[in-house]
Amino acid sequence: MRRHRKATVTCSFAEELIYDIAVKELSLNILDIVQNSIAAEADLVEITVTESEEALILSVKDNGYGMSEEILAAVQSPFFTTRTTRRVGMGIPLLKLEAEQTGGGIDIVSRQRNVCPDCCGTEIVARFNINHIDFTPLGDMIATIVTLMQGAPEVDYVFTHIKHDRSIVLDTRDMRLILGEDANLSDPMVLQWVKGMLMEQYA
Amino acid sequence: MKSLEELATIRERMQSQVILREGQAETRVVVGMGTCGIAAGARPVLNTLVEEVMNNDLFKKVTVSQNGCIGMCNFEPIVEVFGKDTDRVTYVKVTPEMAKEIVQKHLIGGTPIAEYTIEAVEK
Repeated sequence: MRRHRKATVTCSFAEELIYDIAVKELSLNILDIVQNSIAAEADLVEITVTESEEALILSVKDNGYGMSEEILAAVQSPFFTTRTTRRVGMGIPLLKLEAEQTGGGIDIVSRQRNVCPDCCGTEIVARFNINHIDFTPLGDMIATIVTLMQGAPEVDYVFTHIKHDRSIVLDTRDMRLILGEDANLSDPMVLQWVKGMLMEQYA
Repeated sequence: MKSLEELATIRERMQSQVILREGQAETRVVVGMGTCGIAAGARPVLNTLVEEVMNNDLFKKVTVSQNGCIGMCNFEPIVEVFGKDTDRVTYVKVTPEMAKEIVQKHLIGGTPIAEYTIEAVEK
């Protein structure tokens, strides 16, 4: 029996959301979290998944405009969001919940652009104990990468999945070297190639 | 590994076709990809739409793009279709199967599917 901690959220629709996303796949949380990087005007997002016998460690690192101390503190609460249509922002709280329910947790480090224009950005690291009964499987990372490229093709993505002794890698900067700087990475032919290329690596 | 040579071929094919930018298209299809959309299953809906648009050679007149939460989370996944001269059609609680049907009947056939729209579901 799975039990989800819902104590931090009071409105019923958000509970439903937590349940929905919590029972599916981590790759959906990753898709959601990277939207923050894109909103923060990042042009490089590095997604690294490291799997061992006991743990899965996820790192999402961007070079966006970063967060202040205040925002950094507030962002882990489900009642914080930068969006205006709805007051509840769920991306980071959901990831935190999923990590904590396995006995893991998240860490966020951020440097603001106005403090350090050349070293700004945010890194979120989430640790999961994969043997815990409440561990959510990673799910379809290929779909997440393809969806990110489709939605924000101007951003570069470096995806690395280290699984025991092998690694799966995609670096859109290498693709741009061949396709040309002005190539549109959301072109269906390009997305199809990425999908096939990652499927071959996972096979 | 999927060869980079293949990518070079794609480059040539891309250069020979005019790339459609958003706004130039006859029809824009927009999928909600906020937290609520993603949680409700928008990812496979989006990817189905992208693939179906490609498979049916619609990319010269249709663009598929993503937006965030539009404040109707309980109706996600939401797919909006904007025609150049027609009113917006808002499809709600869309599944990949429904997305295929939307491509066939609405984008190819030209007739919106009334029973999948927000007006029908809200009743």
